[in-house]
Amino acid sequence: MNRQRVIFFGKNIIRALLLVVCVSMITFALMKASPVDPLQANVGQAALGSMSQEQKEKLQAYWGVDTPPVEQYLSWAKDFIRGDMGVSLLYRQPVASVIAVKLANSLFLMALAWVISGILGFALGVISGMNRGKPADHVIRGYCLVISSTPVFWLALLLLMIFGVWLHIFPIGLSVPIGVEASGVTLADRLYHAFLPALTLSITGVSNIALHTREKMIDIMESDYMLFARMRGEKGWRLFRYYGFRNVLFPAVTLQFASISEIFGGSVLVEQVFSYPGLGQAAVSAGLGSDMPLLMAVTIVSALFVFGGNLTANLLYGVIDPRVRQGGKAK
Amino acid sequence: MRKLNRRQRLLLGLAFSAAFLIIVCVWGILGAEAARATDFSRKNIPPCLQYPFGTDWLGRDMLARTVKGLSMSILIGITAAAVSAVIALLLGIASATMGRAVDSVVSFVIDLIMGVPHILLLILISVALGKGLKGVIIGVAVTHWPSLARLIRAEVLQLKEMPYIKIAVKLGKSRWHIAVKHMLPHLLPQFIVGLVLLFPHAILHESSITFLGFGLSTEQPAIGIVLSEAMKYLATGKWWLALFPGLFLVITVALFYILGQSLRKLLDPGSVHQ
Amino acid sequence: MDEKRVKCGAGSEDRMDSPAVNKLSGEKEPVLKIEHMSISFTQYDRGMRQVSLPVIRDLDVEVHAGEMVAVVGSSGSGKSLLAHGVMGVLPYNAAMDGRITYCGEELTRERIEKLRGREIVLVPQSIAFLNPLMKIGPQICKGDKRASAREKLRSIFKRYELDERVGNLYPFELSGGMNRRVLISTALMEEPKLVIADEPTPGLDLAVAKRAMAHFRELADMGAGVLVITHDLELALEVADRIAVFYAGATVEEAPVQDFQDEDSLRHPYTKALWRAMPQHGFHYIEGAQPYVKDLPAGCSFAPRCPQCGPECAREIAYRAVRGGKVRCVRGK
Repeated sequence: MNRQRVIFFGKNIIRALLLVVCVSMITFALMKASPVDPLQANVGQAALGSMSQEQKEKLQAYWGVDTPPVEQYLSWAKDFIRGDMGVSLLYRQPVASVIAVKLANSLFLMALAWVISGILGFALGVISGMNRGKPADHVIRGYCLVISSTPVFWLALLLLMIFGVWLHIFPIGLSVPIGVEASGVTLADRLYHAFLPALTLSITGVSNIALHTREKMIDIMESDYMLFARMRGEKGWRLFRYYGFRNVLFPAVTLQFASISEIFGGSVLVEQVFSYPGLGQAAVSAGLGSDMPLLMAVTIVSALFVFGGNLTANLLYGVIDPRVRQGGKAK
Repeated sequence: MRKLNRRQRLLLGLAFSAAFLIIVCVWGILGAEAARATDFSRKNIPPCLQYPFGTDWLGRDMLARTVKGLSMSILIGITAAAVSAVIALLLGIASATMGRAVDSVVSFVIDLIMGVPHILLLILISVALGKGLKGVIIGVAVTHWPSLARLIRAEVLQLKEMPYIKIAVKLGKSRWHIAVKHMLPHLLPQFIVGLVLLFPHAILHESSITFLGFGLSTEQPAIGIVLSEAMKYLATGKWWLALFPGLFLVITVALFYILGQSLRKLLDPGSVHQ
Repeated sequence: MDEKRVKCGAGSEDRMDSPAVNKLSGEKEPVLKIEHMSISFTQYDRGMRQVSLPVIRDLDVEVHAGEMVAVVGSSGSGKSLLAHGVMGVLPYNAAMDGRITYCGEELTRERIEKLRGREIVLVPQSIAFLNPLMKIGPQICKGDKRASAREKLRSIFKRYELDERVGNLYPFELSGGMNRRVLISTALMEEPKLVIADEPTPGLDLAVAKRAMAHFRELADMGAGVLVITHDLELALEVADRIAVFYAGATVEEAPVQDFQDEDSLRHPYTKALWRAMPQHGFHYIEGAQPYVKDLPAGCSFAPRCPQCGPECAREIAYRAVRGGKVRCVRGK
């Protein structure tokens, strides 16, 4: 049985790595296909002047016309694995250091939103599913419908309008106060600036997990074991605690890990509206400014997180569920 | 009036949603001129009776711009979603019927596409295709098929195991006969519902990518463009520029959802019990 | 509670009858009495029209303390709904009518919600009715961690010869032989006055099925009223005191088991047909099939298959008492 588990883990990890490699190849190909030539678009200008000879050569090697694409990719990949992600054409800095700063900002924001939306969505889904057809269910479903119909960026605009422009409670942008040294930024400052973006992401993140949890909860409520539990006089909180909770928690946790992609996508839009200097904003500027090295790095970092999330979801499933844990004969 | 039963209510919702969406599309196509007409004598008017959605800094009627923008977004979204649905249909059936190798390749591709956040993938595709309408449509089409493909694959796999299909195979019926006579009637409703439920997603993503500046130019006032222009004027207190177009976008998307869900409930054989 | 238990339990204050004497005496209140129960579902017909499907139309049955009554009907005839109806857990699109009395008082919605799992327990047909993610022990105890509950669990396990380690297993780890005993264990955590067994022998081999039935007989001998819902007439005849025969949504006959020794002492032609279908009586099978609830004939629902059918069978047929039993047939005597 243990061997089975090792194989299961190993298979999942290999698959995730393979996927990341493929993502990098496809991204590279897409960048190559772009009609905008990054060397001409950016390097022809002032950028060249600020680059070292070595950097210029590398750029030439990745994007130059004289080397075949496969070789270009390989040389890029080799550097990437070593931690040399190239130079950002927009920021005039090594991509690695740009990513490090932006990622830290984004992760703070996304982790907040991920946890809040997960817990809130789970709770709403459970309430809705257990009270199917009752007013609470209608309200929660209505909320989910409205939220999943609302573009993230418009919700961000709306909140910005109300809290930033109108009530002046929260800042209009940036992750830290302007003109303050990095060391002088307190956690309170960061929370204050991340509040609206995180709120936006949490509000939108809720609907998916809530609806999914609701479906599961309804299935569980209609299951034979729930029926029997009710016939044994269980109801209300006990019914949920002993018969519903574990059964509905597993799929919800799995889903939340698997939905990191959505929160990443949402953060791109939210950061843009709030001018929050995170990974998403970097992706948009890199896309608009044809900063290929940065765009590629952002893509691969996001993919790493998404696959990491999926992997965790798969592995968690194997760890938590006794049916998978003991003998791997899951349904 | 007597109380309507569930199915009648569903049908009513379906008809209403469809009517609203058709009206918006037709009105938007006919009212292209009004959406573009500038008039500096009526700049920056807050919502009033004559201009229910107000006017912008060039004196354009925001109602006309909203409707035009919505109709563009709906049409782009529908086109992209339809392409996406065809991809889903082909790949879903292929992975269910053409053996394990094809199945694992398709499932790998699905994982690949799900692995990059949609918006980021849209940005990548848009950059690769040099921005513009083509990039948006292809981007949305390429990113939206996986869920429907999975659904179709599962459905076909299940159908293949059905006793009546197996008997038909044993009776020597041709593959074509089985596909058309036995599989299609089950698959079609699922496919139509899946297709309709792709629309809201596609419209949301289309408006998002346009909002970020990767989609259309400012001469093509898709709803994302209208809203991204409005963002620049947000700090000056012109709230109506962002509020109404956004609100109507929400309503449009919500109606598509309702349309899809009502269709699903009507077509689902299990719904006889409710 | 104990006082009340005595009142409608095995004996009253003046006499302590043995449970066997109790049956059908008519003097004491039965533990459970179901009169004219009907359960129907609303469904969509074609298009927009809603129709009502009566799965159970007219069901009457009584269970006394210390008595085991079997409701026998063919598979898929909606017998399980009877149990769900009594326990108050019908799905939301089902409507129930009729009168259920428990210990002489009407069993209202509020009352069953208080009593189920305590005085009225149901033993389900399979381990699919157990929470797959909860270990057997805590599940039988309903999560009760007190020492008294654990002590009780130990004694129940002992009674059914279950190893103590079984308490630490998940339902999917149980072996086939343990399933029955674990399921019936759930009934014994409380002291039930009424036990309903829903199809306790689904697809079991004869020896296991007999043992399962014997466990229920024991509960009856301990003083509880036991209602077994089953498709297996032969097995029911071995252990039950009385048999109620269920056909096309209605009980057609209620008879003490002794009446099944001879075809002539049975009252309804369907029961007689069942009797003749038993292997030791010649394996004669009855032509036709039970009608679907949507297209029931007016009057007697067995009429289309009945050899003695006459014009009077097209009228509404009353369920009347005949020779210590009941029958829903104009000719039954």
